[in-house]
Amino acid sequence: MTDVLVPFDEVIEKFDPALGLEIHVELNTNTKMFCGCPATFGGEPNTQVCPTCLGLPGAMPVVNGKAVESAIRIGLALNCEIAEWCRFARKNYFYPDMPKNFQTSQYDEPIAFEGYLDVEVEGETFRIEIERAHMEEDTGKSSHVGGSDGRIHGADYSLVDYNRAGIPLIEIVTKPILGTGDKAPLVAKAYVSAIRDLIVALGVSDARMDQGSIRADVNLSLAPKGSDVLGTRSETKNVNSLRSVERAVRFEMSRHAGILGAGGFVLQETRHFHENDGSTSSGREKSDAEDYRYFPEPDLVPVAPSREWVEELRATLPENPAAKRARLQADYGFSDLEMRDVWAAGALGLIEETVAQGTAPQSARKWWVAELLRRANDAGVELAEVGVTPQQVAEVQALVDAKTINDKIARQVFDGLIAGEGTPEQIIEKRGLALVSDDGPLLAAIDDALAAQPDVADKIRGGNMGAIGAIIGAVMKATRGQADAARVRELVLEKLS
Amino acid sequence: MPEISRDEVAHLADLARIDLDDTELDHLAPQLNVILEAVASISGVAGDDVPPTSHPFPLTNVFREDVVVPGLSAEQALAGAPAAEEQRFRVPRILGEEQ
Repeated sequence: MTDVLVPFDEVIEKFDPALGLEIHVELNTNTKMFCGCPATFGGEPNTQVCPTCLGLPGAMPVVNGKAVESAIRIGLALNCEIAEWCRFARKNYFYPDMPKNFQTSQYDEPIAFEGYLDVEVEGETFRIEIERAHMEEDTGKSSHVGGSDGRIHGADYSLVDYNRAGIPLIEIVTKPILGTGDKAPLVAKAYVSAIRDLIVALGVSDARMDQGSIRADVNLSLAPKGSDVLGTRSETKNVNSLRSVERAVRFEMSRHAGILGAGGFVLQETRHFHENDGSTSSGREKSDAEDYRYFPEPDLVPVAPSREWVEELRATLPENPAAKRARLQADYGFSDLEMRDVWAAGALGLIEETVAQGTAPQSARKWWVAELLRRANDAGVELAEVGVTPQQVAEVQALVDAKTINDKIARQVFDGLIAGEGTPEQIIEKRGLALVSDDGPLLAAIDDALAAQPDVADKIRGGNMGAIGAIIGAVMKATRGQADAARVRELVLEKLS
Repeated sequence: MPEISRDEVAHLADLARIDLDDTELDHLAPQLNVILEAVASISGVAGDDVPPTSHPFPLTNVFREDVVVPGLSAEQALAGAPAAEEQRFRVPRILGEEQ
């Protein structure tokens, strides 16, 4: 069935969107939630498993204390209450990604509840109410064999790797987010971004969306403008980049409006997001919560964090990312406009790390936002995954400061870094990029340039300093950009004086 | 008195992937009702001051250190699998109910 998509402006004229976001954060504990298997990413299939996470008969789970600590710290950072007493629950379902035939989760007693997170979009602050943050375990990874495109439909059979099964997850659920209007896609993106920043600051997860250590499910519904009744929602699962979150919201708004505008009813279902064209497609009809037959997990005793422990953990919370943002902007002397670009690019943390290596803030900003962001966009990856580290940016800028290279050549060094050609020094050496520091070749190039353009030489002699650019340009061309422009200028003036 | 209807039993059987035909449903639904009634007699004994108990022992906060413990090798893990391929468990194709 082809979706009828209503242009975004028309959606906003007729409907109010309601957002809801569920974010799964994979913790970076050493071990899984309920057993001592390693929780690291990328091992050979089924090498990080034991009777407990394989759900073998008789195996008994024991809670990872570090994971509870991380859950409480996340809850506190989200301004949540921390439960004085809570239990785990079994969520029963049959699917081979969970060999136990249930997922150990929390149901009506989450460890953290009733919090909020403020996010800023285009100068406007939106308070996102957090309903709950609860502990659970990740599922195994299935790959579908046969069929045309490796997807589940049409597959002949599936293969399952349980390394991921049992890795600690924290699921953070918002209350319905209302009143965002045309900013809904941006608010959704800003919220996921803010959660990611918070998780990074807490140090509780690798926070790599591309590797699935942070995954977002995007709930969206539309209600006729002015109505106070929520519409039927769809849930787009596993949206795995910030840009995709924004696109998924935008697409679903247009799709819902198409259905509602034609007098139809939105189906309550899960949807799959498609990175290639930003669309979603139907997954399955959503089970009612009671179909999971939740009941308290009898093999795990309740968790009752003492208030002393909670306060101890509160004292370990990092500076609030939003407050930190304001402080860094002041420290670095970035204008609001510069800061907005830095923030939109997801570059602040990278700039901070680069500055920590001794680079001037404006230089760090220039490289990340003006140069590397473009490359990240071209490659379709997040800035942090562009292939250049803060340390390397600092090294490149140090070489610019030392006049070993100039800005223009620095760009070629970044090419080399992204291509994996070694350290900045090695790349300069290999590619022969160092600036010509010897005056001899420069003077020769200047002589050639002056001889080729005698009229320009006359102008400079006559005091027209604007004309000197033509000579410098010619020298740059002759030296393939590897001349220090300031030095060339000095030499030209000396020669003509 | 709690009562479980034939339709509810059919629904539960469906969720539990138990294929019951009409005769079996006719037979089992009343039996489940009898069991439910027997268990319900507990609520006649427990007063309002007795909360529903999921865990009989007064234990909380039993935690494990976050230290890796050796588990199974892939060979051991797959030893009992009806089918394996590419060091993974091979399962029949999955229809509907994608998680």
